[in-house]
Amino acid sequence: MASSNIDDMGKKAVLQNYLSLDPKDPKVQVMYVWIDGSGEGLRCKTKTYNSVPKSADELIIWNYDGSSTGQAEGKNSDMFIKPVALFNDPFRRGNNKLCMCEVYDYKMDKAETNNRKSCNEVMEQVKSSEPWFGIEQEYTLLDRDGHPYGWPRQGFPGPQGPYYCGVGSDKVYGREIVEAHYKACIYAGITIAGTNAEVMPSQWEFQVGPCVGIDIGDHLWMARFLLHRVAEDFGVIVSFDPKPIPGDWNGAGAHTNFSTLEMRQPNGLVEIEKACNRLSLRHKEHIAAYDPHQGEDNKRRLTGKHETAHIDDFSWGVANRGASIRVPRQVAADKCGYLEDRRPSSNCDPYSVTEIIIRTVVLGE
Amino acid sequence: MAVILDKVCYGRYMDLEQKDESSNESAILTYIWVDGSGQGLRNKMRTVEYNTKDPNVSASDDVATHLANLSLSELPIWNFDGSSTGQSAGENSDLYLKPVAVFRDPFLRDPNKLVLCDVYDHEDKSVGTNNRLSCLDAMKKAKDVEPWFGIEQEYTMLGYGGHPLGWPVNGYPGPQGPYYCGVGTGKVVGREVMEAHYKACLYAGIIISGTNAEVMPAQWEYQVGPCEGIQMGDHLWVSRFILHRVAEDFGVRITFDPKPMEGDWNGAGAHCNYSTKEMRAEGGITAIHKAIELLGKRHMTHIRMYDPHQGEDNKRRLTGRHETSSIFDFSAGVANRGASIRIPRQCGQEGKGYLEDRRPSSNCDPYSVTEIIVRTTVLGETD
Repeated sequence: MASSNIDDMGKKAVLQNYLSLDPKDPKVQVMYVWIDGSGEGLRCKTKTYNSVPKSADELIIWNYDGSSTGQAEGKNSDMFIKPVALFNDPFRRGNNKLCMCEVYDYKMDKAETNNRKSCNEVMEQVKSSEPWFGIEQEYTLLDRDGHPYGWPRQGFPGPQGPYYCGVGSDKVYGREIVEAHYKACIYAGITIAGTNAEVMPSQWEFQVGPCVGIDIGDHLWMARFLLHRVAEDFGVIVSFDPKPIPGDWNGAGAHTNFSTLEMRQPNGLVEIEKACNRLSLRHKEHIAAYDPHQGEDNKRRLTGKHETAHIDDFSWGVANRGASIRVPRQVAADKCGYLEDRRPSSNCDPYSVTEIIIRTVVLGE
Repeated sequence: MAVILDKVCYGRYMDLEQKDESSNESAILTYIWVDGSGQGLRNKMRTVEYNTKDPNVSASDDVATHLANLSLSELPIWNFDGSSTGQSAGENSDLYLKPVAVFRDPFLRDPNKLVLCDVYDHEDKSVGTNNRLSCLDAMKKAKDVEPWFGIEQEYTMLGYGGHPLGWPVNGYPGPQGPYYCGVGTGKVVGREVMEAHYKACLYAGIIISGTNAEVMPAQWEYQVGPCEGIQMGDHLWVSRFILHRVAEDFGVRITFDPKPMEGDWNGAGAHCNYSTKEMRAEGGITAIHKAIELLGKRHMTHIRMYDPHQGEDNKRRLTGRHETSSIFDFSAGVANRGASIRIPRQCGQEGKGYLEDRRPSSNCDPYSVTEIIVRTTVLGETD
């Protein structure tokens, strides 16, 4: 490939030299991040500010060319991006920021893939239930040719078994990216709760939460942005596809842990069972909201094998990883806690997922 | 093959102080000018020395402060061999460099400076590709309307060999779509150069307002502005110098060619955003429409000023496809990226603001562009 003939170490050393430059007047670079027309892709661009913003409200509504992201026609291309959540920038550091944005069209109607607007409205409505979420984001690392990072060229590693939470050069691939991402998230202010290597080699998971209401969507999307950006620095591709390798290889999900104030109180188990019953009546509606293609992506993953429930069936059970909803053993013992919805796909929109859970369980739709 | 030498070694020398035991401090000035091609940049360096014990230098000043407070007239006029840059004949080759703008040097750092210059001949006449003088004349005449500009400079990064950076050798990447404002390996290439350039410009004092990855892979954009009058040309030219110089450190080549890749690949422009005091005030949309009407009457005159080859470069880019208007037609519209002039949606809604002239080529001379816009819309010049 046409390259610069300076190796990666050299590049990083050169860049470091420039990143340490201090302008005379305080200047802050704010990188706006938004979701594009695919409902899973992320885009970004940067604007200079003359002072340090303290919250997203201080930032101006900007715009971009929607005809270049599948969201508008050339003749009427302007789309607006409205900052909604502010984070520290772990790449540029200092006072520089990242902000997650909502996308609107020229009439200031929400863009088609702006699922945050209605999610936020619902979360406001149910504020008194104090809904908490924790999402276990799984993903796969791929090399530039699309084959999983670290796998033998045109071949496969040994069968699954030794890789889950593994250690050792023959057990895990790409730990540097995971560690770098973890630190970047903490620096940025994302509520990252933990990480582990997953069942398929080159597959990893990180957990974001517990977050209240709308925060889970904001934090998870920004965490995904940080992951793509960190992996860029390492020359590795991140895939959120739910079934990157067909065959006897695990898929990737975004198990969503959820509780309300009542579920967390003594004897909350009753509320948890009530929630499971409500969820059982709307299985198809939830599946349609759990990936960006109304369930088509999840079809390849929710087969009933590889620790999933079949996409056509709904079930729930204590400690059951083959069910749609799992109630952790500890929760059953304590008689209160939370439930784990194992259905959402790794490439789901967390705004859509958390919104429909609230609508079904709390608003009783 | 790009030749890159050891940066660690280089760094040791860059850390050296520029002082001697008798308190003589030196500063290095890099003089920059536009060469005979109208798009190439040249530079050479000279030392200026100050003794901090000199009564003319205030005791509390360090050299950096002293230099920062220097007026342009205190910087020496220099000269160079114009026959080596296509700007004069061998028998009468000396040309003069007159400083017109000073910036902090992001490569050698404080107290060193970058000095942008105008080029003059021995009769004190401005030389062919020195378009700054006539631009300054127009801007002086239009001072009262407070003309503001912001230019979106697009450019392409190339690897050694001239193929776009990151593109497969003897091949092409996947079609356009995922690259614009992208993140991730395979979506963007060369981010380090962009980041380094952004920081270098901020340090230098260039009014760089933003940046984004562009539609074609290895293509990027940064925006300079808002600048008033002559400042637009000064800041844009120095930002281009900084970009070439930063890319040198990475072994990457920068091209400002408006259509580096033929086929279904976007070209590169220098969309020029423009407003006057009237356009920015309440009801300014009327002034915007008036300006567009005047621009519409001189389309081909502007086209000739919008690249260094009287429109020949832009012919390859302004095809009517890839978010451009055709070079032969003039059109305007709100939020319309297929028109010559786009009025941003927000301005359409607020009834005031600015217009975006999407015609200038990425390799245009910003002095020529801003000059003709002012002459047409403010000074009432006609064909």
